[in-house]
Amino acid sequence: MDNPENRKINSTIAAFDAATFNFAQYPDEHGRFGEFGGKYVAETLMEAIGELQDAYATFRNDPEFIREFETDLRDYVGRPSAMYYAARMSEAYGAQIWLKREDLNHTGAHKINNAIGQALLAKRLGKTRIIAETGAGQHGVATATVAARLGLECVVYMGAEDVARQQPNVFRMKLLGAKVVPVESGTRTLKDALNEAMRDWVTNVDNTFYIIGTVAGPHPYPQMVRDFQSVIGKEARAQMLEKTDRLPDAVVACVGGGSNAIGIFHAFLNDKDVALYGAEAGGEGVATGRHAAPLTAGRPGVLHGNRTYLMEDENGQIIGTHSISAGLDYPGVGPEHSWLKDLGRVTYDAITDAEAMSAFHDVMRYEGIIPALESAHAFAYAKKLAPQYGKDKIILVNLSGRGDKDINTVAKMEGINL
Amino acid sequence: MSRISPLFEQLRQQNRTALIPYITAGDPHPDATVGIMHALVEGGADMIELGVPFSDPMADGPVIASAHERALAHHVGLIHVLDMVKSFRETNLKTPVILMGYQNPIEAMGIDRFAELAQAAGLDGVLTVDLPPEEAEPASRAYRAVGIDPIFLIAPTTHAERVRHIAKVASGFIYYVSLKGVTGAANLDTDALAGRLQEIRSDCGLPVGVGFGIRNAETAAAVGKVADAVIIGSALVQLIADSAAGANTDNWAALRQKLQDFMAQIRVALDQKTQN
Repeated sequence: MDNPENRKINSTIAAFDAATFNFAQYPDEHGRFGEFGGKYVAETLMEAIGELQDAYATFRNDPEFIREFETDLRDYVGRPSAMYYAARMSEAYGAQIWLKREDLNHTGAHKINNAIGQALLAKRLGKTRIIAETGAGQHGVATATVAARLGLECVVYMGAEDVARQQPNVFRMKLLGAKVVPVESGTRTLKDALNEAMRDWVTNVDNTFYIIGTVAGPHPYPQMVRDFQSVIGKEARAQMLEKTDRLPDAVVACVGGGSNAIGIFHAFLNDKDVALYGAEAGGEGVATGRHAAPLTAGRPGVLHGNRTYLMEDENGQIIGTHSISAGLDYPGVGPEHSWLKDLGRVTYDAITDAEAMSAFHDVMRYEGIIPALESAHAFAYAKKLAPQYGKDKIILVNLSGRGDKDINTVAKMEGINL
Repeated sequence: MSRISPLFEQLRQQNRTALIPYITAGDPHPDATVGIMHALVEGGADMIELGVPFSDPMADGPVIASAHERALAHHVGLIHVLDMVKSFRETNLKTPVILMGYQNPIEAMGIDRFAELAQAAGLDGVLTVDLPPEEAEPASRAYRAVGIDPIFLIAPTTHAERVRHIAKVASGFIYYVSLKGVTGAANLDTDALAGRLQEIRSDCGLPVGVGFGIRNAETAAAVGKVADAVIIGSALVQLIADSAAGANTDNWAALRQKLQDFMAQIRVALDQKTQN
């Protein structure tokens, strides 16, 4: 599709050198990554977003805020998370596979990094009520956890379909004192949970802080969530240098909204010899139309506060997504990923449900680790890439979360009655 | 040329408040919409606000969100909504029509192509809920070039500096969201509203319409005393939902009559201000 926006992006690519490009300058003051990002929200929220933007601009450079964040990551989350050499998997896949163990964090995924950061902001802004959306339930659990710890009221919106397939996490959130609201509108998944959370926020904007779980939404969320998650890549890069005295040849992460991927990619963006790969949810295969891979098969549009690649029909209606993984079952993606795709800095490809399932078993049988089905997509991509790299090369996989929550889904997929 | 400013000028001279009903295009059925538009005018509407169905109507409450879902069940897209406007214009060249919706369907069509088709259809204004002034300029420029008013929201949370900025980029009228919340929310404090509208008018110089929370003749009359226009959405859309008219064309005449009668009640209540 030829439009002026695409032409503008192409001219940016011509001038692009990953080694010297100042990625940290983005987003710009309008919250844009090139043509992506921005603040596409109703007027009622503009004041709250402006307030958040100002507060975040101050606190991200405030030593006291940074110290409190880092202390919580260390003492409460258990950071730094381990860097682990997967020996048997390396043997089987044909390249040296290293894992960044975000599954070992408190609450079992990378989501807690961001939830802590935003909850600290909420506290400083004097908000007494926290809301969140969740897909797989990992972000909901992380948010309910930090809300409990800070004594804040917490409401989590979750698509009714996801409530049904992620029961353990729903119960976990309730035990933590959160109210879980099943969302029955639209496709009853993550995107509809986001719509409902936005409706809550616009109604209760005075006392409510909306903790968005991924690098999407209106500015400053994509920047803020990225900053809070970038601890993953900073640690991983240092750990890799310490353990192997070199950088990885490739870094692989799964991409739904894309927060674990941005988190691990960011520290490597200027390392031009480190190839970066994002695994989208290919569902039943991109050719079938039943998938959740907007970067692979979508086009730019506007949804949930930002301009980004979306899955939409010819009328601009957002279309239903399909993935075995609730956390990747989203028709959009963080705007920075859209930009990194068009810049050519990150390569994105779709991994099918079947490929992810196969990799899920690999991780369990070779390494004794239950990966989240989201993370299993990254392993499946690593499995495809490994032969191209060979046994002397290092592929770092972000193991973004643990898969205990998914065992019912896996059993059902394989026709097993628990 | 947009019909909106001449309308407000005429109403100002008559000391009347504009009555603007909102319906979602394609609800309960695409073939019913144009007939409903004419019925609303018969009942006393001065302008029609037509919602463009979207899969993710984030700023709408359950009543209007359900109307979007009913319209989408018939695959109503922006192109069909423009056809409805065109068809309405075959017998009504006077009543301004504006679209209210979200940005993605417009981008999917292409902003310039939309502007061109909208002008050809006889559209007067476009209100895009998720397009604040910060993001609106490319679209607004295209609309102004074809004589269509870019209409903007002002909310209770919008501070004075933003109001002045919005006044510079908006034309036609200002849509004041009388409540924090989604469409269809309850309870409206008309005293607080009066003060707020006074501030907005002194900052911007455009007529101010008030929407959100106006559900019957009584609230409409109260708001009409202080606003230049009263916008009624959810209450009307609820009547459509309750009628369960659906695709059965036998039910449509009764539905049109019901909506026309509802408009007429509001019209009478609003016009009492002229007689007092």
